[in-house]
Amino acid sequence: MTWYDSLLQQLADGLVLGSFYALVALGYTMVFGVIKLLNFAHGDLYMTGAFAGFGGLSLVSGVLGAGWLGIFVAMLLAMLAVGCLGVVIERIAYHPMLAAPRLSILITALAVSLVLQNAALSLTGGQYTAFRTDLGFGGLSLGNLFISYNQIVLVATAAVLMIALELFVSKTLYGRAMRAVAIDKDMCRMLGINVSAVIAITFFIGSGLAAAAGTMAGAYYGSIWYFMGFLIGLKAFTAAVIGGIGSITGAMLGGLILGLLESFGTHIPFIGSEWKDVFTFAILILVLVFKPTGLLGKSEVERM
Amino acid sequence: MANPTPVAPEGRPRGNLAQRLYAAFDSPGRRRALHLVLLAILIVTPWLSSQYVTVILTNALLYVVLCLGLNVVVGYAGLLDLGYAAFFAVGAYTIGILTQQFGFNFWAAIPFALLAAALAGVIIGGPTLRLRSDYLAIVTLGFGEIVRFTARNLEITGGASGLSHIPEPSLFGWYIDSSIDFYYVFAALAVLAYIASQRLFDSRLGRAWLYVRHDEDAAEAMGINRVAVKLAAYVIGAIFGAVGGIFFSVNLGAISPESFSFQQSVLILMAVVLGGMGKIPGVILGAFIVVLGPELLREFDTLRLLIFAVLLLLIMLFRPSGIWPEKRS
Amino acid sequence: MLLQLNQVSLSFAGNSVLDEVAFGVAAGRIQSLIGPNGAGKTSLFNVITGFYRPQRGEITFDGERLVKRKPHSVTRLGIARTFQNVRLFREMSVLENVMAGQHCRSRAGALAAVLRLPSQRAEERRIRETSLECLDFVGLADSQERLATNLAYGHQRRVEIARALATEPKLLLLDEPAAGLNGSEKEALVELIRRIRDERGIAVLLIEHDMSLVMSVSEHISVLDHGSLITEGTPQAVANDPRVIEAYLGQDDEELAL
Repeated sequence: MTWYDSLLQQLADGLVLGSFYALVALGYTMVFGVIKLLNFAHGDLYMTGAFAGFGGLSLVSGVLGAGWLGIFVAMLLAMLAVGCLGVVIERIAYHPMLAAPRLSILITALAVSLVLQNAALSLTGGQYTAFRTDLGFGGLSLGNLFISYNQIVLVATAAVLMIALELFVSKTLYGRAMRAVAIDKDMCRMLGINVSAVIAITFFIGSGLAAAAGTMAGAYYGSIWYFMGFLIGLKAFTAAVIGGIGSITGAMLGGLILGLLESFGTHIPFIGSEWKDVFTFAILILVLVFKPTGLLGKSEVERM
Repeated sequence: MANPTPVAPEGRPRGNLAQRLYAAFDSPGRRRALHLVLLAILIVTPWLSSQYVTVILTNALLYVVLCLGLNVVVGYAGLLDLGYAAFFAVGAYTIGILTQQFGFNFWAAIPFALLAAALAGVIIGGPTLRLRSDYLAIVTLGFGEIVRFTARNLEITGGASGLSHIPEPSLFGWYIDSSIDFYYVFAALAVLAYIASQRLFDSRLGRAWLYVRHDEDAAEAMGINRVAVKLAAYVIGAIFGAVGGIFFSVNLGAISPESFSFQQSVLILMAVVLGGMGKIPGVILGAFIVVLGPELLREFDTLRLLIFAVLLLLIMLFRPSGIWPEKRS
Repeated sequence: MLLQLNQVSLSFAGNSVLDEVAFGVAAGRIQSLIGPNGAGKTSLFNVITGFYRPQRGEITFDGERLVKRKPHSVTRLGIARTFQNVRLFREMSVLENVMAGQHCRSRAGALAAVLRLPSQRAEERRIRETSLECLDFVGLADSQERLATNLAYGHQRRVEIARALATEPKLLLLDEPAAGLNGSEKEALVELIRRIRDERGIAVLLIEHDMSLVMSVSEHISVLDHGSLITEGTPQAVANDPRVIEAYLGQDDEELAL
């Protein structure tokens, strides 16, 4: 394999990984935008989405099969279910805490995360659940480079979802309201914008995107378990920070950058794949310390 | 003719049961008596209980040390630390490596372990304590994971299986090895941690943590260096954690990366929040709850953690100051 | 001059807030900073105390340069302040609030506290005594045990002044100390400000909108408008300056009630 084949292979792998990160990072960034909360439970919504997608697929696979069509429908069901779950979580757990000290709402978010995780643990007994699909292993061979059809479909689906989100945020009334709420909640209230509804929609979309990523990850990797949201939650947060938290384009960019960094980073001599996660967290800490606004984030008023 | 509102008779304690309890132990003499009674209970308990119970109580006392340490960070200084187990790990691994691989005497290795933890606290806290509180939480989480991954990947830490055969410490020819010996070691540590927490809380530094937690700007305007003060809390918390880790490693004689996972950090945090952040008796109660609770809930198996998680959520929603009552109404 | 500002300029996101402001506060003087709303008075306080960093200019205090110093280090040099909207530690006792001011005049660390060294205990006693003395100075020694938040508003303002005095300053900055006070409380405030200077030798710089209070207490007045210093001088000179009247035109009439 020549060096540029290997380069392209890692580019393809990084793109797949980056798509997952970007979809999950979007939820972090959107929620952070409207209520300035780091939603620790977001990674667990991804996990819940994987299980919902699994459930959805077993519902529809009798009629639609367990190929991409069935998975798509299961994914839509999972997005709907987890989106609603996200709204419920916001209403029950976060809404009453918005005026409380920061420490309280952060711990509440952590508690929600633990409830989701341990509920899944209790239901599955901590075992891996096989996510059976009829997806084949075919793909395109270009010289030594191999890209599976699954990878192509996955990246394309992620891209479609992100383009749809971008259009929603920039072109629709609710999208504009969302951006306005992110800037000044009180002003929005005075202008008659239903801030609660905007927050609810934000949670719905953010959670739905996480569920989409969860379902696709389940189908792609073939197994799911209760703890799968922890690491990706951390990494997606890293992606959101790299891109600039609060910025939707930034989250997409950050996800792709992180996916590529991991894909390439693990091939650097002396950084074996066992150091991959250390590498990611080191990036997170460095970005937070040296450029906390990320690539596309806006800085808050400078203060000392 | 204004009708005077009823006034509580002078001299009779008012308020609920907890406040009356606080009032009853307000005098130094009575408080000393209470301390002596508790100390006596602590001393005689292992003679009255089975070995199984002694081991569980030893574990609870370890958690008292860890929780009081995290309480300095979260309860006093108001910093959310999600990677506290990392300091516990630094203490345990430093002892494990120095005694087992370099032949250090246990007691000689202790200063190195404390120094390593303090250094880790400065390295991670120094650059990050200026950050927003939620960023700090995630950085500490990342740091906790880095420490665990590093322990799993290095040879000197024994990789995924960890270190075993860590020698038992001896003191003037007496080996600390039975479960009762270790019970007393941890009882002594818990008492020391309690005294240190109380004294810190009543000091200039303890007040500074509260000032910074309540209003950073006002505290700065009063001449308090908020970064330095937070760093002090972070490093002191790290040292408490390391002390726990040091004796944990020799108690078990073996350590592995999984003892220092994110779940461990969460469990310690849960104890602090359940009991009541910043309230020493509450935090001690919380430590006992998270250790003894799972023993009592043994038949529920995988539901145990779910029950704790739901409890934590309910506490945050309905009683964020924890189950221990406030001193002042 | 105890405090001297030279050509201090500050802007936020391209909007100029302070434009080449230059003035001084002499040691032991009671001086006022006045100007219409939005003139940049509080921003100037924030620049002096290190909360904002000016883009240009120099500030010296007692021979030390202040620009680039953090707020806590400015306080340590001897400048104390109060806030426009009272910022006490609400859930702590009045005495604990005042003790905050003594933090920068004491030094015991964690180890000394844990070991209860004699030096630490002596220092704790001194902190308590000094703080009580400051509280007594503003007339609130009786309220030391109460929670700050339970105090009447006028008393909270006095606690804030006591807390600032506990930092043992050479210069005290008061940001609208009379806001929300009634007539008799204002008179007591004037007396307190005079006593701070006369009995403790502390220079006072205050921002205030109540012109009769400003005129009665100040020995020197500086006038800020649109981020620039338009004039300064004795109360009589400033009151008769046409530029000052012009700056206040269009403002609420009560502020002009001299």
